[in-house]
Amino acid sequence: MIFYIPQDTTALALGSEAVARALQTAGIEPVRNGSRGLFWLEPLLEVTTDQGRIAFGPVAAKDIPSIIDALASDPASHVLYQGEVAEIPYLKSQQRLTYARAGLGDPVCLDNYKSLNGFKGLKKALQMTAQQIVDQVKDSGLRGRGGAAFPAGIKWQTVHDAGKDGCQKYIVCNADEGDSGTFADRLVMEADPYQLIEGMIIAGLAVGADQGYIYLRSEYPLAHKLLNIAIDRAVQANFLGENIQGCGKTFHLEVRLGAGAYICGEETSLLESLEGKRGMVRAKPPLPAIEGLFGMPTVVNNVLTLAAISTILAEGAATYQNFGMGRSRGTLAIQLAGNIKCGGLIELAFGVTLREVVEDYGQGTYSGRPIRAIQVGGPLGAFLPESQWDTPMDYEAFAAIKAMIGHGGIVVFDDTADMAAQARFAMEFCVVESCGKCTPCRIGSVRGVEVIDRIVANENRDNNLILLHELCDTMEFGSLCAMGGMTPYPVRSALAHFPQDFLLQEAAGASLQDTAGASLQDTAGAASQETAAQGEN
Amino acid sequence: MGKAELCSDSARLRPLAGCSIDDTPNITTGVVELGISQNEQQSISDLVGQYKALPGALLPLLHAIQKQIGHVPDAAVPIIANGLNLSRAEVHGVISFYHDFKTTPVGRHTVQICRAEACQSMGSRALEAHAKQTLGIDYGETTTDGSVTLEPVYCLGNCACSPSVRINDDVFARVDAQRFDELVSGLSAEEGVAK
Ligand SMILES: Cc1cc2nc3c(=O)[nH]c(=O)nc-3n(C[C@H](O)[C@H](O)[C@H](O)COP(=O)(O)O)c2cc1C
Ligand code: SF4
Ligand code: FES
Repeated sequence: MIFYIPQDTTALALGSEAVARALQTAGIEPVRNGSRGLFWLEPLLEVTTDQGRIAFGPVAAKDIPSIIDALASDPASHVLYQGEVAEIPYLKSQQRLTYARAGLGDPVCLDNYKSLNGFKGLKKALQMTAQQIVDQVKDSGLRGRGGAAFPAGIKWQTVHDAGKDGCQKYIVCNADEGDSGTFADRLVMEADPYQLIEGMIIAGLAVGADQGYIYLRSEYPLAHKLLNIAIDRAVQANFLGENIQGCGKTFHLEVRLGAGAYICGEETSLLESLEGKRGMVRAKPPLPAIEGLFGMPTVVNNVLTLAAISTILAEGAATYQNFGMGRSRGTLAIQLAGNIKCGGLIELAFGVTLREVVEDYGQGTYSGRPIRAIQVGGPLGAFLPESQWDTPMDYEAFAAIKAMIGHGGIVVFDDTADMAAQARFAMEFCVVESCGKCTPCRIGSVRGVEVIDRIVANENRDNNLILLHELCDTMEFGSLCAMGGMTPYPVRSALAHFPQDFLLQEAAGASLQDTAGASLQDTAGAASQETAAQGEN
Repeated sequence: MGKAELCSDSARLRPLAGCSIDDTPNITTGVVELGISQNEQQSISDLVGQYKALPGALLPLLHAIQKQIGHVPDAAVPIIANGLNLSRAEVHGVISFYHDFKTTPVGRHTVQICRAEACQSMGSRALEAHAKQTLGIDYGETTTDGSVTLEPVYCLGNCACSPSVRINDDVFARVDAQRFDELVSGLSAEEGVAK
């Protein structure tokens, strides 16, 4: 019997360390695997038995003696028994490509990685020309998972073609994952770090870059530790460094820690930070693909984008692109968070509706109360009322309702949520996190907080409402990046769909809903400003 | 909130955490240079030497200094500027931009409460209020016994089991007022080890 008890941040936060110690006390040395992302079941103890790999969860240290007893007689008799892991419906119904390995074994064990198809993609890439790799990525239809959804293959082609022969190029992994409700990048780094490393090596081969950086947020100390262990071992096994696997190619990889700044997730701000400067957003053009890190052609991709590369190369572009709908190909890492009963990571082909995710997987709220609002896509995403929950998760379908998928994070609020307070928070977050480069964002957000305060206090309400809408317009159209440009989205959606929280009378509420809804229609059409900006790529 | 001064209006209203006018280092009188020990000065110089060849060295260097000393003292600025061939203003600008870098000593333990949306949906606003009240301090401040510095944080990636609290490098899930008190009472009781 092999016992597995996860060591990812959430499992640890729920007490998996104490469970591991209890197992040791009982004379059992558990494997510390990564989580499968079924966080509502963490700490999830898995045991290989004659009946297959079975699970118990959520387990506390005090449950260990009774579980050991049950294992000796009838495991299914234990109250925490969850059956065979792979058969748990939450997991079984998923379409796991990126997370296929997550939770299976020790995440930093290279042999474990190799035994689970690891480096299969790299081996194929080593047989190919750079252009052939880029073509595979193009054919897969993969779009950047960091939020802007720009086609990865086109970005790679630009970097491939940029600069003179032999000029320095870089691969930068955006592991800043600052959005609330997101943890998919973290799970890749903590549960399957070699997959990211493999994707980055392939990216280096494809565009001719021999240096990579993972820009990791400092809020993720465990991911930092595990990535560094994985990189060290990959260097020792000659998957990184000079003459990789005897192929003559070189790729060095280093993790750099951010220092607590949301805006450093924006790619140009990230590059400034990597260069050792304040994380101030750069104007585009020039695009990072042409003039990126230290002025050189640079691929900047999200963790999930780079992680998907290993699958695409291993299984072929066609396999990957068979998943999904419309122009959204492959799978989406949906992160279910907030006030939700069964929160966790759900990997599915694009196209599942928000309601299916929240009701079928999430099983409703944690508090047991009705759901009131759902915010998708992080702090710059709109608050969606029930009438919009049947929208399929697809970049275009979300853009059509003036919302965004972003990094795939879903935050659920129950009916006690005060949406005026949430709108105020959106502005406040922008105050704290603005890089300060442009006035609409830096000052506008401060004014936004004040105006919302006045509306809620019923001070000169009508004029202040007009002011708030104008302020939102100014921020949306006058800001250099999506931080200032999209902060109005959560604000406007809260006003439009939850007017009563701004102490607007029913009647007044209805008419405001009309006007606010209308202005939302007019302005939010540029759903992802960044998509537009990146479109020049 | 190192970056607050960017938002000019709010910055002026915000008190400088943890230091009164009297103990604010005064550059003109040279108090700054005396503000750190010979040893600390030496270790900063050593770290500068260690990092200066690294491309984009400043952030890793600042992290290293903060790890060693607990904060980035003002006296480090000229040493860093000199070593990396930057102006003092540039170095100061970077330190003040990022929330992580502290210019004054912090408590033996850093307690961060997540303020982001998923945690809010599970009651982190009430938790924040409770924490400030029981500790008797606001964000950016340190308890009088020097055990705990309280900080806000915007997401710890533990959003499926919020509200989340980070204490040093450990994250805790589903923290309510009672759990918070248990976690924190452990910290002040224990004889602190420097971070
Ligand atoms: C305010 C702001 C924050 C962002 N934060 C992140 C982030 O945390 N992680 C990320 O991958 N992309 C983030 N992005 C998007 C990046 O700018 C960029 O589009 C992305 O890293 C490109 O990689 P991809 O094409 O693989 O998605 C952010 C953008 C903005 C405007
Ligand atoms: S919109 Fe805000 S964050 Fe973006 S560049 Fe302007 S000031 Fe910086
Ligand atoms: S929102 Fe608090 S941990 Fe993510």
